[in-house]
Amino acid sequence: MNNAKQGPLVHIVKRGALPRWKAWGIRLIAIVAALIVCAVVTMVVTGEDPIQVYATMIDGAFGTTRKAWNLAQSTAMLLGVSLAVTPAFRMRFWNIGGEGQVLAGCLAAAACMICLADKMSNGLLIAVTAAASIAAGAVWAGIPAFFKAKWNTNETLFTLMMNYVATQLVAFFVIVWEVPKGAGKIGIINQATQLGWLPPIGGNKYLLNVIVILVLTVGLYVYLNYSKHGYELSVVGESERTARYVGIKVDRVIIRTMLLSGAICGVVGFLLVSGTDHTVTTTIAGGRGFTAVMVSWLAKFNPIFMVLTSLLLAFLDKGAGAISTNFGLNHSFADILSGIILFFIIGCEFFISYKLSFRKSAKKEADTNV
Amino acid sequence: MKKITALLLALVMVFALCACGGDDNKTEGGDADDALKVGFIFLHDENSTYDLNFMNAAKEACANLGLSEDQYIFKTNIDETQECYDAACELADAGCNIVFADSFGHEAFLMEAAKEFPEVQFCHATGTNAHTAGLDNFHNAFASIYEGRYLAGIAAGMKLNEMIDAGEFTADEAKIGYVGAFTYAEVVSGYTSFFLGARSVCPTATMEVTFTGSWYDETAEKEGANKLIANGCKLISQHADSMGAPTACELAGVPNVSYNGSTVDACPNTFIVSSRIDWAPYYEYVINAVKNGETIDADWTGTLATGSVVLTDINEQAAAEGTAEAIADAKAKLEDGTLFVFDTANFTVEGKTLDSYMADVDSDAAYEKDTEVIENGIFMESKFRSAPYFDLQIDGITLLDTNFG
Repeated sequence: MNNAKQGPLVHIVKRGALPRWKAWGIRLIAIVAALIVCAVVTMVVTGEDPIQVYATMIDGAFGTTRKAWNLAQSTAMLLGVSLAVTPAFRMRFWNIGGEGQVLAGCLAAAACMICLADKMSNGLLIAVTAAASIAAGAVWAGIPAFFKAKWNTNETLFTLMMNYVATQLVAFFVIVWEVPKGAGKIGIINQATQLGWLPPIGGNKYLLNVIVILVLTVGLYVYLNYSKHGYELSVVGESERTARYVGIKVDRVIIRTMLLSGAICGVVGFLLVSGTDHTVTTTIAGGRGFTAVMVSWLAKFNPIFMVLTSLLLAFLDKGAGAISTNFGLNHSFADILSGIILFFIIGCEFFISYKLSFRKSAKKEADTNV
Repeated sequence: MKKITALLLALVMVFALCACGGDDNKTEGGDADDALKVGFIFLHDENSTYDLNFMNAAKEACANLGLSEDQYIFKTNIDETQECYDAACELADAGCNIVFADSFGHEAFLMEAAKEFPEVQFCHATGTNAHTAGLDNFHNAFASIYEGRYLAGIAAGMKLNEMIDAGEFTADEAKIGYVGAFTYAEVVSGYTSFFLGARSVCPTATMEVTFTGSWYDETAEKEGANKLIANGCKLISQHADSMGAPTACELAGVPNVSYNGSTVDACPNTFIVSSRIDWAPYYEYVINAVKNGETIDADWTGTLATGSVVLTDINEQAAAEGTAEAIADAKAKLEDGTLFVFDTANFTVEGKTLDSYMADVDSDAAYEKDTEVIENGIFMESKFRSAPYFDLQIDGITLLDTNFG
C-alpha cells in the first residue's frame, strides 16, 4: 500500500509509440539544448562569442561552392557506408566491420590502378577497378558472415577484428608501393597520366560520387521495403525461428545480406580511391565504418532518413574544422562541441522511447489506477 | 508552455545564426599591400615540435613584414591526403596569393591545387618535385640542415667525451641512439650528419638507429628511445616530431640532442642543444617576391648564411664545457668552405671510401639514380636539389629495425 510513497523519486516508464511530430519535437529540443550547452562551454572555456562560433560552423560547411561540394562529398561517403551496414542491422547482424570492408575496397582499387595501369585501356581499367573493389568489400564481409552462418561465431567481434586485419594489410602495401622508398606514403597514384581516375562530370569531381550514392540510397530503400529479400531479412531479424518455420534459409540470407553490405562498402572504397583521393592510406576510411553505425541507428535504419543524419554528422565535422581554423582553437575543442551535440541527439532517443515519472505523478497515477 | 519556450528559443537561435552569417565578406579592397593574403597548411598543431617550428616562423615572418592578423590563415591538422588539396583550394578561394604547406606528403596534393589555381603561388617545404614539375606556381624549399645537425653532433660528441673522462663508461662504449621516423633520404642525411659531427670530436663513437614509421607517434618515439637506452646508448637524438624521445631521456637521465626547437622547459636536466630550420627567411623571401611581382625560385635552399640553419641556446646544465666554442669553431669552417660535412675522407661505406655516387635527384616514376653528386671528394648535399638525397648507409651506424609498418 505504501509502495507509491516509498518508491524512487524518479522512475522510468516505457512510452507507447509517440506521434511523429512529438518525436521530432523532442529531437529539435535536444538540438537546441545542445547548442545552448555548447555556447556556455565555449564562453566559459575560450571566451569566444558562441554565436560567432556557430556562424563559423555554418560558413565552414556551406560558405563557398567548394565547401558545399566538399560537404556533399563527405555526406555521400558517410551515407554510402551507412547504407552498407543497414541491411545487416535490420537482420540484427551487428556488422561493425564497415571500416575494414571500405579499406579492402580501397586497397583493391589502388592495386588495380598501380599494377594494371599500363596493361589495358582506361575504360577497361576503371571497370576492372570497380569490379575488384566491390569483390574485395564483399569478400571482407562474406568471411564473418560465412562463419556466423556455419558455426554461429560472434559477428561483432569477428567484423571488428577484420577491421584490424584490413588496416594492417593496407599498411603493408603502403610500404610495398611507397614513393620514394622509405617515405611511408604512396602519394597520388598515376598523377601524371590520370589512369584509372573517374572522369569529372562537367568539371565537378564530386558529382559522380554523389549521384552513385543517391542511386544506391533509393535502390536500397526499395530493396529493403519492397523486395522479397528485404522482407526475408527483416523476418530473420525479428526471429530466426520464425524465419526457419516459414521456410527461409537463414544461413543463406545472412551470407547474401552481408555480401551486399560488403559490396556497397566496396563501392565506397572505389569512389574514394578512383573518384577523389587517388591514393590509399590506413586512415582513408576515416572512421566512417563506425560513424555509419550511428548514422544508421539515428535514422532508424531508414535509408531516406540516413541522408539527413549523415548530412548532420558531416556538417558537424566540417563546421568543427572551420572553428579550429578561424578561432585558432585546437582541433580538439571542435571535437568537444561535436561530442556535446551528439550526446544530446543520441540521448534524446531515450526520451522518445521512455518517459520519466516523478514520485508525485506516480502517486497520482496510482490513485487514479485504484 | 515548455514546448513554446523551446520553439521560441530555436527560432531565436536560427535568426541569430542568419544575422551573423550575413556580414562576413566586408574585408575586400584596400591597396596592393592589404590585398596580400597568405595561407599556411600544417600537418599537426602546436603539440608537434616540427609544426610548432613552422608556426612560430610563420608568425614571425608575418609580423616582420607588417601583415595584419586577417592577412594570414593557419590550417592545422591537415592530413597528407585529399584533405590537403581541399585545404589548399579553400585558402585560394579565401583570397590567398600564397599557400605554404609544411609536410613531405602534402606535395602531390598541393601540386593538384597548383594546377587549378595558376595565379596563386604554392610553396612546399621539404618536397622534391618542383624543379622538374614544370609548374610556374609550384615551389620547393629546404635548408642545408645537415650542417646544423653536424654542429649539434659536435655538442653530442663533446658530451660523450666528458662522460668518458668522468669514468662513466669506456671510450668503446660511446654509443649514440637515434630515433628516426622513416628510412628515406631526409632522415638518413640527418642522422648521418649528426653522427659525423659527433665522431669528429669523439672518434670511437658508434650509433644505433631505430625507426617509428610515423612523423608523430609519441608512444613509439618514447618506446624507441627507451629501447635504445636499454641497449646501452649513452646519448639520444631524434628525427621525429613529438616529445616522446626527449621526455624518455629526461626520465632516464640520459642526455638528449633535440631537433626542431628547444625542449629545455620539459627536459631541464638532459637537453643539450637542438638544431632547427628557421623558416622565417624563406617565408619572408616568398612574401616579398609576391609583393614585388618577382619570380620565386622553383627550388630554394636555406643555409647558415641565410639564417635558415640555426642552433638553439645551449643548455649549460647538461652540455659539456667548451661546447659553444667548439661549435662556433666548426661553424666558421663550414661557412668559409674549409670544412665539409660529407667529405668522403671522413666516412666509408662497406669499408670503402666513395669516389662516385649517383643519387636520385630528379623525380621520376621509377626513382632512377640520375645525378653524380660526389665532386672533388665531397658528397654535395643540397646542391642539386634543396631536399636531401644522401641515402647511404655508412660504417659505424647500425639500423635496428627498418621494416616498420
